[in-house]
Amino acid sequence: MIPNDRKYTKDHEWVMIDGDMATVGLTDFAQHMLGDIVFVELPQPGDSVEAGGRLAVVESVKAASDVLSVPAGEVVESNTALEDAPEKLNSDPWGAWIARVRVTTLNEETLLNQDAYAALVKVEEEKA
Amino acid sequence: MQDARHTPLYECHLRHGGKMVAFGGWALPVQYAGILAEHTAVREACGLFDVSHMGEIMLTGKDAPALLNDLCTNDFTSLETGRCRYSPMCYPDGGTVDDLIVYKLDEAKYLVIVNASNCEKDCAWMREHAASYKDAVPENISAGVAQLALQGPAFRDALSRVGVEGGLPGKPYAFVEKMKVGGAICLVSTTGYTGEPGVEIYLQPKDAPALFDALVAAGALPCGLGSRDTLRFEASMPLYGHELDRDITPLEAGLKSFVKLHKPDFIGKAALAESPPQRRRIGLELLDRGVARENCPVLDAEGRAVGRTTSGGFAPTLGKNMAMALVTHEAAEQDKLFIEVRGRRLAAGRVGLPFYKTAHK
Repeated sequence: MIPNDRKYTKDHEWVMIDGDMATVGLTDFAQHMLGDIVFVELPQPGDSVEAGGRLAVVESVKAASDVLSVPAGEVVESNTALEDAPEKLNSDPWGAWIARVRVTTLNEETLLNQDAYAALVKVEEEKA
Repeated sequence: MQDARHTPLYECHLRHGGKMVAFGGWALPVQYAGILAEHTAVREACGLFDVSHMGEIMLTGKDAPALLNDLCTNDFTSLETGRCRYSPMCYPDGGTVDDLIVYKLDEAKYLVIVNASNCEKDCAWMREHAASYKDAVPENISAGVAQLALQGPAFRDALSRVGVEGGLPGKPYAFVEKMKVGGAICLVSTTGYTGEPGVEIYLQPKDAPALFDALVAAGALPCGLGSRDTLRFEASMPLYGHELDRDITPLEAGLKSFVKLHKPDFIGKAALAESPPQRRRIGLELLDRGVARENCPVLDAEGRAVGRTTSGGFAPTLGKNMAMALVTHEAAEQDKLFIEVRGRRLAAGRVGLPFYKTAHK
């Protein structure tokens, strides 16, 4: 089930917004498409990210994929537990966050709510 | 994806939940259950691959062995009927046209298995050279042949459960024609691309779906292209377009034992004999965290560019990130090198090839 406590991107990331902090992760559909994840290249606290810029890189057994940042801002924290257990992105996609970003700008209009995202997933699943 | 060709097992893949991708013009499953689960099944039990996309060229005529010896770097003079032999096939400059496996059906009939994406190029190359022989005719029979690869230590159990009439080949790189497997007439060879014991089964396209289903019911896990690659990578088998290519010679790729420079002549012999390889294929284990894929720059301790990776990724059985690389001879002697991944330099220790060698028979 897709949680309704957060927003989604068309690239199958989730963003949980709390004040000026945005926590970013990958959706269940994303982890499914990526397959077994074996490594995450995490950003460092203090790194600045642009909207649409690379926030992290997720390596599955078969390929590397960029995790793009929705907000522009500064990385406050990355989930270092993923260094030793990257497979958590597969087993617990809604809990395994990747990074927290202090937002300077965020275009919320580009984000999807639970229903809109569920509809997008349905379309993608029919394509696959 | 819409334009991709379907193998005879296309419907079968959908039924078994295969995640389909376009690969070299073919629609094939990249995975079913997951690459790691499929990889482990082949290492510990048994997996089943659709490899019907592979090219099959039937070479017939009295001059077929002479043509093979001309085209290929390996020696086919001593090949016995019922045996298979691997060989690179080179251009005059020593670069590689393709790598292939030859099955000797009889003195004047050889089945040549080539890479799917190279099949038409190979056929044209063979025809061009066959023209100077009186009696040697290559024919592309790929469309009429389905191929399954049943791989892993438990492959015999799966075969016996579906029912086999006639004995399996006794040795590796041998084959039996007209065997009945699950009721279908097959050619069965003890070959594969996983580093585990197993067989490859050639049969008529119409018989392939039923045999695929029967083998799955007999305990073989359906496997996709993803695990096919991680398995061959761990076993450090070359993949055309990666470890071998138009501008990579078999000697650079470390395939010296398949290059018979004592043969009177073959295409590429002069180039291979006269100019020793400038690069060597080596194995690397990543010491820093990270994954290096193909075509990452390899640097020495002083930061000089010494080569590039040809394949790389997570090796599931080893639980480590590994890479194969083509580097200068000097660099190939170093214990520690660096691989550049997205601007980061990851330390990598040189290790022997293959990364993985099975204990199973």
